[in-house]
Amino acid sequence: MSHCQSPVWSAPAGQATIAVLGMPNTGKSTFFSQLTGSHAHIGNWPGLTVDLLQADLDLEGRPAQLVDLPGIYDLRGHSEDEAVVRRFLEATPIDLVVVILNASQIDRQLRLALQVRQLGLPAVLLLNMADEARRFGVSIDTERLSSELGLPVLLVSAKYRRGLAQVRQAMVRQLGPAADPSALAGASAASDAEAQPAPIPLLEPILQAGEAELPERMALLLAAAVRLPPQWRDRLTRRLDALLLHPWLGLPLFFLAMALMFQAIYAIGVPLQEALGSLLDAFGKGVLTPLLSGLPPFLKGFLLDALYQGLGTVTAFLPVIFLFFLAMGVLEDSGYLSRAAYLMDAFMERLGLDGRSFVLSLMGFGCNVPAILGTRVMRSSGLRLLSMLIIPFSLCSARLNVFLFMAAAFFPPLQGGLVIFGLYLMSFAAAILTALLFKGRFASDEPLVLELPPYRFPTLRQMLNRAWAEVRHFWFWARRFIIFGVVAVWLLNTLPLGVAPASAASLSGRLGELLQPLLGPIGINPKLTVALLFGFIAKEIVLGGLAVIYGQADPAALGRAVATDVSWTQAVSFMLFTLLYTPCLSTVAVIRSESKRLGFTVFSVLWSLLLAWLVSFVFFQGAGLLQRLGVLG
Amino acid sequence: MRTPPRLADLVPGQSATIGSLAADTGLGQRLAALGLRPGQRVELLRRAGWGGPLHLRVGMTELMLRRRDAARVDLIALDGAA
Ligand SMILES: Nc1nc2c(ncn2[C@@H]2O[C@H](COP(=O)(O)OP(=O)(O)OP(=O)(O)O)[C@@H](O)[C@H]2O)c(=O)[nH]1
Repeated sequence: MSHCQSPVWSAPAGQATIAVLGMPNTGKSTFFSQLTGSHAHIGNWPGLTVDLLQADLDLEGRPAQLVDLPGIYDLRGHSEDEAVVRRFLEATPIDLVVVILNASQIDRQLRLALQVRQLGLPAVLLLNMADEARRFGVSIDTERLSSELGLPVLLVSAKYRRGLAQVRQAMVRQLGPAADPSALAGASAASDAEAQPAPIPLLEPILQAGEAELPERMALLLAAAVRLPPQWRDRLTRRLDALLLHPWLGLPLFFLAMALMFQAIYAIGVPLQEALGSLLDAFGKGVLTPLLSGLPPFLKGFLLDALYQGLGTVTAFLPVIFLFFLAMGVLEDSGYLSRAAYLMDAFMERLGLDGRSFVLSLMGFGCNVPAILGTRVMRSSGLRLLSMLIIPFSLCSARLNVFLFMAAAFFPPLQGGLVIFGLYLMSFAAAILTALLFKGRFASDEPLVLELPPYRFPTLRQMLNRAWAEVRHFWFWARRFIIFGVVAVWLLNTLPLGVAPASAASLSGRLGELLQPLLGPIGINPKLTVALLFGFIAKEIVLGGLAVIYGQADPAALGRAVATDVSWTQAVSFMLFTLLYTPCLSTVAVIRSESKRLGFTVFSVLWSLLLAWLVSFVFFQGAGLLQRLGVLG
Repeated sequence: MRTPPRLADLVPGQSATIGSLAADTGLGQRLAALGLRPGQRVELLRRAGWGGPLHLRVGMTELMLRRRDAARVDLIALDGAA
């Protein structure tokens, strides 16, 4: 009986539970966010929806909770997501299932709707992407389909908000009248059970029994209600693919597109970031400093130099993050990211990875955390672990920020650009080396079958919503870390009370001194050591930390202060180390939670530290040698 | 008699009918869900260079499949050369 099984999730009394079920990439997330108004993450990457998103919904007075299930191909399938959905259906009483299929692929996707039918769950069938179906010449007789299947069938376009009102009506009708709450309160146990649908204890036997008749049922339904075009009609996709997947033009075009994308992001983002930074700085100097002048110096220092500075560091970051996710969203939604997986697969296969790992590493250039979460699309654990091992080497936007600052402080613009480019190359090299070294330990023979969706035009609204959601997300998780980190650096620098800030007598000075035997040979002095220490928490606080350590808030002045303290080879060594060692505490946290292995997490941290030290050592000592020989300035 | 044609041997633009799948259940199910079932017509659109994946079209779906995995799909009939 159901009381033996603890429900995965259940709604409060009187609230209907509606599950959204469909194949990957059919527009479930889009539908979900259009219907509930919440900004669910959307992407053109099969299987990205992994957490169970849920949201409240009011269906003409009837309260309901909508749950977005992971995209699955087959209710009997073997993947993790398919198991999640089965477990969910077996443990949760569901009032209605909204099945979403891609209308233009109804020829194969109808199977999932038939499986839901076999389970006897109350359902509504939505044929999404009606716009594409029409464009490709697929015509569907929804009335016929509806009467054959015995459930409402509606053609919709979630992305363009077409048909959503009818969907609501159909959902209300299928749910039937709400259980009267007063009757429910006084009702006996029997009628209580009536109001709450019971979950199906075991899906597999039912599905297995129905398996044999599925192909014929499907063929009959398709013959009766669907007309497919004799010829593929998506000429746009045809033509674009001929160019973008061209055997030898494809890859150069891809790299060109990536280079332009990064260029555009930083050409627009960095000035914005600097403007925002100076604005905040001016506000601090012009408004806050006079305002707080009456406070004791310690408190004033804490509020201004630690707290305000920390907040400023996070805030100045937001424009670049917004732009980055905007660009990433356009790539994903247009369908080009799957093509990137196709283009890179031959190379990645040789590294023991696949095209998806490449795409995820690429996402890691924005932020490693979502990229590591994205490895859930892989089934083989070896492949997942190997991908998680290489993703942290992707030069994320937080690290880039440090590099842009250091490059500007130590090099003229042209050389600075080259240094940044070199760091990107180093980032790739570290990932490739790591994959080659460890592919034997984390072997995978997972087959790779990916859908290449037709090219789509992302809508501005969708992209802005998405980028905005990512920025909010960043703000939430990062600000705690960053403020904490900056405050901690400040404390380490000012304690014990009375010492000169960040001097050798302060806590941080002593800590830096302590680590000198290890870090001296790679050119990292005690001050830089403290910056690295806090970079372990998050790279976002490295600059804020340096500002406190050197007692300079203004970026230009800070740059000069650092440049007089350390040599350019020390600076490059610092950058190399920053690039390669642990990206941030959050990355470590998600590696731990995703791999579910402490040993692997520790290994990943140690390996990156070792590699960082070795590379910095080789660079610093090598450059020193060349300088002594007079080859290098 | 020639040996049965294989997916990876098709010329881009050529299509064929699928005979059987010699894949384990996981891969088999995934292929079937994406439309690669016995009796279906499959068209090779292009092959990526350097031994890379194949770009296929089955019914209304386009997908990429590695050559290694494609070797487990047996074809029965070729439908006209390109
Ligand atoms: N043309 C068209 N595209 C749509 C429509 N609905 C969604 N899309 C696009 O389809 C792609 C996939 O949409 P998602 O909402 O991410 O699909 P999903 O089913 O949640 O996919 P997973 O997250 O992989 O499970 C996105 O690029 C959407 O913009 C539609 O009605 N018409």
